[in-house]
Amino acid sequence: MAGSVGGTDVIEVRRAGALTTVQDQGRPGLAHLGVPRSGALDPAALRLANRLVGNPESAAGLEITLTGCELRFHRAATVAVTGAEADVRVGDRAADPGRPLSLPASAVLRIGPARQGLRSYLAVSGGIAVEPVLGSRATDTLAGLGPAPVRDGDRLPIGPAVGPPPPVDFTVPTACPAELRLTLRLGPRHDWFTPTALHRLLQTPYAVSPLTDRIGARLVGAPLPRAMAGELPSEGLVLGAVQVPADGQPLIFLADHPTTGGYPVIGVVDDVTPLAQARPGTTVRFHGPQR
Amino acid sequence: MRIRPVGAHALLLDCAEPEVGSGESGTGDATPEVGSDGELGSGESEVGSVAPEVGSGEDVGSRVEAWRAELWRRREAGELDVVEIVPAATTVLLDGLADPAAAAARIASWAPRPSPAPAVTTPVPAVTAPAVTAPAVTAPGAPGGLGAGPTTGSGPATASWSGIGSGQVRTVEVPVRYDGEDLPVVADHWGVNVAEVVRRLTETAFRVAFCGFAPGFGYLTGLPEQWAVPRLATPRTRVPAGSVALAGRYAGIYPTASPGGWLLVGRTDLPMFDPHADPPATLSPGMQVRLVAA
Repeated sequence: MAGSVGGTDVIEVRRAGALTTVQDQGRPGLAHLGVPRSGALDPAALRLANRLVGNPESAAGLEITLTGCELRFHRAATVAVTGAEADVRVGDRAADPGRPLSLPASAVLRIGPARQGLRSYLAVSGGIAVEPVLGSRATDTLAGLGPAPVRDGDRLPIGPAVGPPPPVDFTVPTACPAELRLTLRLGPRHDWFTPTALHRLLQTPYAVSPLTDRIGARLVGAPLPRAMAGELPSEGLVLGAVQVPADGQPLIFLADHPTTGGYPVIGVVDDVTPLAQARPGTTVRFHGPQR
Repeated sequence: MRIRPVGAHALLLDCAEPEVGSGESGTGDATPEVGSDGELGSGESEVGSVAPEVGSGEDVGSRVEAWRAELWRRREAGELDVVEIVPAATTVLLDGLADPAAAAARIASWAPRPSPAPAVTTPVPAVTAPAVTAPAVTAPGAPGGLGAGPTTGSGPATASWSGIGSGQVRTVEVPVRYDGEDLPVVADHWGVNVAEVVRRLTETAFRVAFCGFAPGFGYLTGLPEQWAVPRLATPRTRVPAGSVALAGRYAGIYPTASPGGWLLVGRTDLPMFDPHADPPATLSPGMQVRLVAA
C-alpha cells in the first residue's frame, strides 16, 4: 500500500493493469546531475485531461498502459480520460472519454483496454497529490525517482480542486495511425555512419519493437552500418535522439531516457509524442525537415 | 571547439579536436580502443571547426569544464536561455534553446576562461553525514575567475543546486574505507602494491567531469591516462551503494545499489544522492573531490 493516506480524499486502485504510473510534465533542468526528464510520454494528452477537469496543465495524473485499470473514488470528483481510444465506464454506465465526467463519492471508474493507441491519461480535479520529488510527481522507470508504479490496492491522494471544469462537450481524439511519419534532423553523429546507413534510415520503413518502453522506442528494420569503428565517449542525450547501438537497429529515446549515452546518435526526431501511442508493429518512416 | 546542431532545440559543443593530419575515414588514427573512455581520436570534423586550442588528449576534459563553467555563468547572468547544460566526456550539450542557430552564433564569439584552480574548500553541501570533516573555508576566488559577486545575490538555493557558484570551485572530501575486493586487480594493472594504489587514490585531486549513469553518479577525472583500468569482463549483478570504483581513467561512487562493471576499491558512507536534500546530489560537474582514507 503505497501512499497510505487515510482520509476520504483518495483514489483506491482496484486493478492497476499492466503499467499505470503517476505522471506530470517531468523534472527538466537536472540532467547535469544524471536526473532524467521523465513525465508523461504523451504530454499533450495529459495537459488536455488536466484542462478538462479545471486543473493547471502541470498537475499529476495517471498514465495507463494498454490494459486499462479500475479505480474507486472515495470522494466526489471531476475526471477526464484522454489519449488512447478505450471504453470508459462509471459504475455500470458507459461514459465519454475526452470530456469532463462528474463522479459521485464511491463511484467506480473503469478504463478498458486500449482499442487504438497505447496509453490513456486520467486527470482528476485537484490532481494526484503524491509527494513531489525534485519538483515532479512523475514516476521515472529508469532512475527510480518519484512514486513506484501503481499497484492493486494502492490509495492515491487527491489534492483540493482549484477551478471549475470548462463547459466542453467534445474534444478531438488522438489519432493513432498505423504508419508514423516522423521528422528527423541528422546529427550530431551522423558522420559516424555510412551513406548507406543514412539512405536506409530515410528511405526504408522501420517497425516499433515489442521491447519498447518509457525509456525508448526500439525499432526493427534495415541495420545502419557504421563508418567509424570504436566507441564514442559518453555525451548528453536529448528527447527524440535516435541512437544506434552495436546491432545497428535504431532506438528513439523517450521521456525516461538516460541523460548521457555512448552510442552515436544519428539524428533527432522533432516530436516523439506520436510514439507514445505507437503499438508494437507500427510502421515508422523518417523524413528530413525540409519536406 | 565545434558546435554541432542536435535536433530542433539543442546544440552540442564538441571539445574534441581532431588530430592534425588524421585521416578522414577514421582509419588514420590507430589509437587502440580503450573502452568507452578512450579519446575521440578519429578523424572528425571538417566544417565549422573554430578555435584551434592547442593540445588535445587530456586537455579535452579541461576544455569541457571551461565551457561548462562559462555557459553556466552566462546562463546565470541572463545571457543564455537554456534548460539543460550537460557536460560529458568531450562535449557539452545545451538542450532547450529557443533559437539554436542564434545561440550558436553567439557562443562562437565567446571565449571560455580557464578552469579555476581548486582553491576553495567548503563543507559537503547539506548532507548530514557525521563522517564529513571538511572545514568550511571561503577562499578567494580563483585566479582569473569572477569575484564572489553573483553568488551572494542570486540566493544560495540556485548556487547550491548548480553545485558551483561562478568562479568558485568546491572541494568535497569523501571518506573512503579502502577495502574493495578489486584492489589487487588494480595493483596488478598499475604494477604496484595495494598500499601504493591507496596512496595514489588518496593523493589524487579528482574533479567531477560529468554526471550520468544514475542520478548523482559523478565521473571523476584526475588519474593519469596510463593508469586506466579495464571494466570487468562480466559486470557484477549488484554493486552496493557507496562503492568507490574505477574504470578507464575514471573513478566513481555508486549512489545506489545497482549492477556494475567497475573495479571496486572501497566504500563510503557519505550519501551521494538524496532527492529530498538541497542540493540533491553531493557531486556535481566541476567540483573537486578528494577520496580521503576514512
